[in-house]
Amino acid sequence: MAANVDQIFVHLMQMMVDRVPDAVAPWVRAAVGVGAVLGLFGLLFGLTTVCERKGIARMQNRLGPNRVGPFGFLQFAADGIKSLTKEDVVPRSADRVVHYLAPLALLTPVVLTFLVLPFGRNMVLMHVDTGLLFFFAAGASTELAVFMAGWSSRNKYSLLGAMRAIAQMISYELPFILSTVGVVMIAGTLSTVGIVESQAARPGEWLARWNLFTPWGLAAFLLFLIAAFAEANRSPFDLPEGESEIVAGYFIEYSGFKFALFFMAEYLGMFASSGMAVTLFLGGWTAPVAALDWIPSWLWFFGKLLALIALFIWVRGTTPRLRMDQLMDFAWKFMLPLALLILPVVAVWHYLGGGWRGWLFCTPVLAAAYVLLGRALVGRRRIQRRVYRYAGEGVAS
Amino acid sequence: MTPWFLLFGGLVVVGALGAMALRNPVHCGLSLVVTFVGLAGTYLDLGADFLGLAQILVYVGAVAILLVFVMLLTRTGRGESPEVRPGGWWWGGLVAALVAVGLVGALASVSGWKPRSEPMTFPTVRDLGVALMTDFVLPLQLVGVVLTAAMIGAAILALPERRGGRVGRTPKGEEPEQ
Amino acid sequence: MNPAQPYLFLAAALFIIGMAGALARRNAILALVGIELMLNAANLSFVAFWRHGPHPDPQTGLMFALFSIAIAGAEAAVGLALIIALFRHRRSVSLEAAESLKG
Repeated sequence: MAANVDQIFVHLMQMMVDRVPDAVAPWVRAAVGVGAVLGLFGLLFGLTTVCERKGIARMQNRLGPNRVGPFGFLQFAADGIKSLTKEDVVPRSADRVVHYLAPLALLTPVVLTFLVLPFGRNMVLMHVDTGLLFFFAAGASTELAVFMAGWSSRNKYSLLGAMRAIAQMISYELPFILSTVGVVMIAGTLSTVGIVESQAARPGEWLARWNLFTPWGLAAFLLFLIAAFAEANRSPFDLPEGESEIVAGYFIEYSGFKFALFFMAEYLGMFASSGMAVTLFLGGWTAPVAALDWIPSWLWFFGKLLALIALFIWVRGTTPRLRMDQLMDFAWKFMLPLALLILPVVAVWHYLGGGWRGWLFCTPVLAAAYVLLGRALVGRRRIQRRVYRYAGEGVAS
Repeated sequence: MTPWFLLFGGLVVVGALGAMALRNPVHCGLSLVVTFVGLAGTYLDLGADFLGLAQILVYVGAVAILLVFVMLLTRTGRGESPEVRPGGWWWGGLVAALVAVGLVGALASVSGWKPRSEPMTFPTVRDLGVALMTDFVLPLQLVGVVLTAAMIGAAILALPERRGGRVGRTPKGEEPEQ
Repeated sequence: MNPAQPYLFLAAALFIIGMAGALARRNAILALVGIELMLNAANLSFVAFWRHGPHPDPQTGLMFALFSIAIAGAEAAVGLALIIALFRHRRSVSLEAAESLKG
């Protein structure tokens, strides 16, 4: 029974493919899979925007959208229809072809990254040997689309925004990729499915072998997550757009549905990074303890994914943004050395065979590096305790 | 010849022509990306998965971005002088035509091509990694040295020059760099 | 026609286009682009020979191309740094701006 529920989508797909002639079967399989993933993540995109607006509104003591549908949860549909019917304004001096292609060039690679995410046991659209490399290759292509959008608009703000965004994305790309290398070293494969399987509990063990449960895995997970925040251009790294400095950043000259596409690409990129974080560090579709294996694998994956998305929203609602130089310093002086340090630490961990000896060596090294680097970065600057002042108090004194 | 070859080969040629013939340098850079993507597709079609993805990662993700960034950094604002040297296409075309005659002649005259004696075994990523760490370990180290040297060299070349004296002081009459 | 030939013709076309452009364009960045195209043409022929060559060597051709890509990255970085240095001295990226080296 549990196995059937676990494989229900795989069986459904098989039933559908069995009904068509063999010649078109691979095409049907691909079309159905891609359609399902697009529909699912499109819906998730809509719901996430509503949840984000409502959640942040709560953090800011507001109500948030509450008019359309039950509790305002159909707001995304209203927004989508609005953006579809709005006029598509293209600046007269814009480079029309590039301006038109930029949103597509941004969305396409982002959608491609979903091909290699394993959503559950036997549920991956493209089972390839080079899955992780595919993910990063597609992710790296989005920078060019950002440039296209910023440059083709012929607008100072969009160009500056694009250069900021690209500088940020390139800087954080390094820790983003390097933090995953440790996982590849331990799993011995670039295949996302292989990485997930290497984290499952072995027979007889009660605890799964998630990479998060190791000192280097925890460090790498944090680095990966921070870099993912930056890659998705989200707070506290949302410098590419800033109402007071460069307005909307590289997509300032986009309106109507093209603007919605940019918005969508940003959220889908966030989902893809979260999904990859789940795959690499949180054991993908495996259960944390062997006793919970009866819960279907896809529920595990999407549960972890939703938890990470909630974390993204939470961080956005509660952190101040960095300044540009702080952003760069943090990437190059803190995250990059730490990501590089993780590689030898993983090698030693592997050599020691994990266990308590691994913990005894890896934890102090990583903690010391973290403290020293952090001290060096903050340096001799004196950070004062933040003082909050509320209206109506402190007037007398 | 597969349909994929025609598709990606077409992308390669069209992109390359655009990269060399378009007037606006940024358009050239973007057209170059089309070539890179076409090449990556060709590699994938040939069964070199790792190489095709590395091509995208390195060329589209790094080299092309670097190119367009430098194009933006080196804009002068005044009207650009003609983009092609006087008589440039004539000279370039002549040399290229000579090379073309040689290359195509050589390629067309190939005969006695031995078919592969045994079926192709595509190396997995693991095979490539093992090969890099055993047979090709010396080239790998050398590439590492070259990349490090190139990185340091590029950084030093692009740094603002110090003209005598201490950092941050520039001789009179010259505005400070940057 | 042997199976590698279409790829080799494609590589030749790419090489020739890159060469003509590198010789004709004034912009130093675009000359570099032409050189990149020629380099990529060489890579393509490596891969074509690896796939369809008569010797059943599973890796060497791929390795050539892989190392070539790595070196191309270094080449682009140094070349573009040179162009930035040139721009700083001459306020232009035209190749003629660098002709004072002729002596």
